Amino acid sequence: MASDLFCTDLVRRFGDHTAVDRVSLDVPAGTFFSILGPSGCGKTTLLRLLAGFDRPDSGEIQIRGARMNDVPPNKRPVNMVFQHLALFPTMSVGDNIGYGLRRQKVPAAERTRKIARVLEQVGLPGLEDRNPQQLSGGQRQRVALARCLVLEPTLLLLDEPLGALDLKLREQMKVELKHLQKAFGTTFVYITHDQSEAMVMSDQVAVMRQGRFDQVAAPETLYRNPATPFVAGFVGDNNRLSGDVISVDGDLVRLRLQSGEEVAGRIAGEGIATGRRADLFIRPESLVMNGAVPDGYSRMQATVTTTLFDGANSRIEAGVADQTIFARLPQDGSVSNLSPDSAIQLGWDPQGATVFAGEPV
Amino acid sequence: MRSSASKLSLCLLMTPFVLWIVLLVLLPHLQMLRVSFHVRESWDTVTLGLEQYQNFFSESYYWRTFVRTGVMSLFTTFLTLVIAFPIAWYIAQLARGRAKGFLFLACLIPFWASELVRTYGWMILLRESGLFSTWLQALGLADGPVEMLYNDAAVIIGLVYNGLLFMVVPLVTTLDGMDENLVEAGYDLGGNHWTVLREIIVPWAMPGVVSGCIVVFMLTLGSYLTPILMGGKDSAWFTEQIFTQFITRFNWEQGAALGVLLLVLSSVIVWLGLRVTGQNLRKVMG
Ligand SMILES: Nc1ncnc2c1ncn2[C@@H]1O[C@H](COP(=O)(O)OP(=O)(O)OP(=O)(O)O)[C@@H](O)[C@H]1O
Ligand SMILES: [Mg+2]
Repeated sequence: MASDLFCTDLVRRFGDHTAVDRVSLDVPAGTFFSILGPSGCGKTTLLRLLAGFDRPDSGEIQIRGARMNDVPPNKRPVNMVFQHLALFPTMSVGDNIGYGLRRQKVPAAERTRKIARVLEQVGLPGLEDRNPQQLSGGQRQRVALARCLVLEPTLLLLDEPLGALDLKLREQMKVELKHLQKAFGTTFVYITHDQSEAMVMSDQVAVMRQGRFDQVAAPETLYRNPATPFVAGFVGDNNRLSGDVISVDGDLVRLRLQSGEEVAGRIAGEGIATGRRADLFIRPESLVMNGAVPDGYSRMQATVTTTLFDGANSRIEAGVADQTIFARLPQDGSVSNLSPDSAIQLGWDPQGATVFAGEPV
Repeated sequence: MRSSASKLSLCLLMTPFVLWIVLLVLLPHLQMLRVSFHVRESWDTVTLGLEQYQNFFSESYYWRTFVRTGVMSLFTTFLTLVIAFPIAWYIAQLARGRAKGFLFLACLIPFWASELVRTYGWMILLRESGLFSTWLQALGLADGPVEMLYNDAAVIIGLVYNGLLFMVVPLVTTLDGMDENLVEAGYDLGGNHWTVLREIIVPWAMPGVVSGCIVVFMLTLGSYLTPILMGGKDSAWFTEQIFTQFITRFNWEQGAALGVLLLVLSSVIVWLGLRVTGQNLRKVMG
């Protein structure tokens, strides 16, 4: 598939701080690409390079094969949905959407038709004459999208557009954004620090840390095969257990935890050797409890600290030596009456746990 | 009980304001309006009539000065706006931290001196034996002394300088609240510098533009010292004629009529300005 956006070794420095550090990316046409990272990792800076508000210190940006480094923002086939939307408050909804069309010299009659159509597509038919201030948060969101989509850009950049919405609306808009992207077929580059947004919507996710991409992969790959400890810890919930490597067997490794117990996991990173320190990551939903632990599973004794009831996402918090571990409670209620301080056996399939070399102590 | 107490405090609060409006604004103007319709028949008999206003229209010197003052004030206001806008934009959007406060202060500094001193400052620069003339000669750009004072351009320079602060302050206040992403969005959606300025920045700044223009226009129209000191024989200002009638000729009736006309002119132009820009006073004054 042809790529819509292709970047090589983008670098942007502020003083001696490198906000974007040798980032390369390749986004196929018509896909939903997310950039996921914690606050301050350089996401906005990267997006502003793509939009053209800022110039990279080095590296190249290509959109549909055309070099964009020296093209000003108003000449790029790229539009951006801003974090705070930046709808023009002095214009009606219709004029907001018509602004870009007027710049493209679209005749008035066609403009009216296009505005009406795009408003219908985003689910706001007939709101042309409203003021943006008279709309709800979710409606404003859609207007900001419509304002860009009506121009049929090659690439749509979105900078945490759901950040200002409340939780319920955010859940709803997540799904809707995905549908809109499919309906329009536009390539989306979406920035977020919320891993669940990235996982739900994206075809590909790049996990960014301190200006660099740690891993670029499909959401499920990130979840099952994280490439770095950072990805393992940042994408989805994860428990981390530190220990010493006692043996390596094929792709499995055995660790001795601080509590003295021996557990196993799958090698996921470089630098694992007998005698070295390593971190084992195991997801709360991969842990099984008490009687349910089958043969061949790693097992471990823990002490229940407390039960956190949250419907389908209920968990227990338990202590192993001085580490805290979370485990998902089975849906069928088979494990109940876990009183605090009671002992519990936790187990997991070694293939479902990932092990990375630990930081040297 | 409570409501009567709050009524009392409201009355106490309002009293100075009402006194001010009635004693210093309403009464003098009504008095002036009445005097302007007086016709003096002999030294102690007065009747009512339109003679003063007829004088104004029949004496071409009066209404020409009147029109000239109005047009030059409008032009001065426009020029002040054009000069103040980039300054205000810079202070509000580009300057950061201490530079911002410093620049704002720099605009304020000239206003620590009185209008007289400020105007003399310009006279020192512009007069025949002044700095600019000397420099031009030193650079070989002029053969003899150059007189830059006593013409309309000099008057406008002085007036723009006097009005600048009153334009910059409301503009900075409105532009300060503008999200810089709006400008970026303007470019992002395909606008060039001119369209972003016209369609996004100016509409946003409109309340500031209108309130700045009203203040500067009124200040300019009613200014007295600058046109007298810096203007030539032919650049009479309307306030000068009012002064002449009241003080030199002791013709209070004529002076009052001219004063009323000036008030009508400024009200009409401000009203027109608000109508044309689609603003209303409440919005402009916050
Ligand atoms: N104009 C600038 N001048 C100096 N440093 C900057 C500038 N813009 C960003 N930075 C720095 O670059 C780093 C990355 O900033 P950026 O805004 O890209 O973060 P982000 O990933 O978008 O974070 P968030 O999720 O909080 O929006 C930050 O440490 C920030 O301080
Ligand atoms: Mg950001």
